[in-house]
Amino acid sequence: MDEDRKRKLARQFIESIPHARALGMELTEIGDGEAVITMPYDTRFVGDPSTGVIHGGAVSTLMDTCGGAAVVSHPAAHAGTATIDLRIDYMRAATPGQRITARATCYHVTRNVAFVRAVAMDEDEAKPVATATGAFTVENPGRGK
Amino acid sequence: MNRSRPEPVQVVKERRDRALAALAGSIPYAQFLGIEFERMGDEVTAKLRFDEKLIGNPLLPALHGGATAAFLETTAIVELAWQKLWHDIESGRLDAETLTPDTLPRMPKTIDFTVDYLRSGLPRDAYARARVNRSGRRYASVHVEAWQDNRSRLYAQATGHFLLPSGDE
Repeated sequence: MDEDRKRKLARQFIESIPHARALGMELTEIGDGEAVITMPYDTRFVGDPSTGVIHGGAVSTLMDTCGGAAVVSHPAAHAGTATIDLRIDYMRAATPGQRITARATCYHVTRNVAFVRAVAMDEDEAKPVATATGAFTVENPGRGK
Repeated sequence: MNRSRPEPVQVVKERRDRALAALAGSIPYAQFLGIEFERMGDEVTAKLRFDEKLIGNPLLPALHGGATAAFLETTAIVELAWQKLWHDIESGRLDAETLTPDTLPRMPKTIDFTVDYLRSGLPRDAYARARVNRSGRRYASVHVEAWQDNRSRLYAQATGHFLLPSGDE
């Protein structure tokens, strides 16, 4: 994928998803089945005010969005995708105040299914906050659903 | 104490509603998404009120899978916390009148959560109920079902494992 197309795809991807915009997501890398998206710390996204830790659901949303971006950027996939299933393992609480970054890899694509792995980190990139694995749909143009 | 005389219905309802509201109100992200909780006895139903900001695919349009995942995870956590809180307020160990985020029991922590997307989420309200399949001293396994128009046509389901707060925390 050439650099111009990557940049255009990156900009359009988040802009076209109202829920990703609502969470302040920013796509920083995309192409060839890999994507990186970051999300700022925001007190509205907190799950437990006694700790200030971001809600697991917000981290899930970041990983799901990033997984979808990785799928649509894969050379064998097309424009759209939907999540079939997603499993998240929460390794530790994200440090309050820090931005969360997810990196997703679409490591295998068949005619109908894309397989994805993702990892989420705060500013301490050596210790992941969460990992995810998921299956996504591959939309084939011209084929009835 | 006269054991044969039950408490007036309003006293019972107010205590339980107040405790559930305190629990729900203690989760900022649930409020951001627009999640509300309704109670019949000890059964809790969560409601995700539709909003444009929950859309993940504007062409269909469909709810974002992440919003659905967060809705299901919140429902599971609230159900687990509610079951403990119910015992605490009914036994008199905690006073529902004075519950604040600081005095509420600690929340369970998610270990893992697996969401199964069965249909695309339509641009309208969604509902969910959780069932605690096993809750031991330290770990719990919870299943959640979510639907929109028809209770029997689930649009998503999930299973999660949770670490329960220990008594001394």
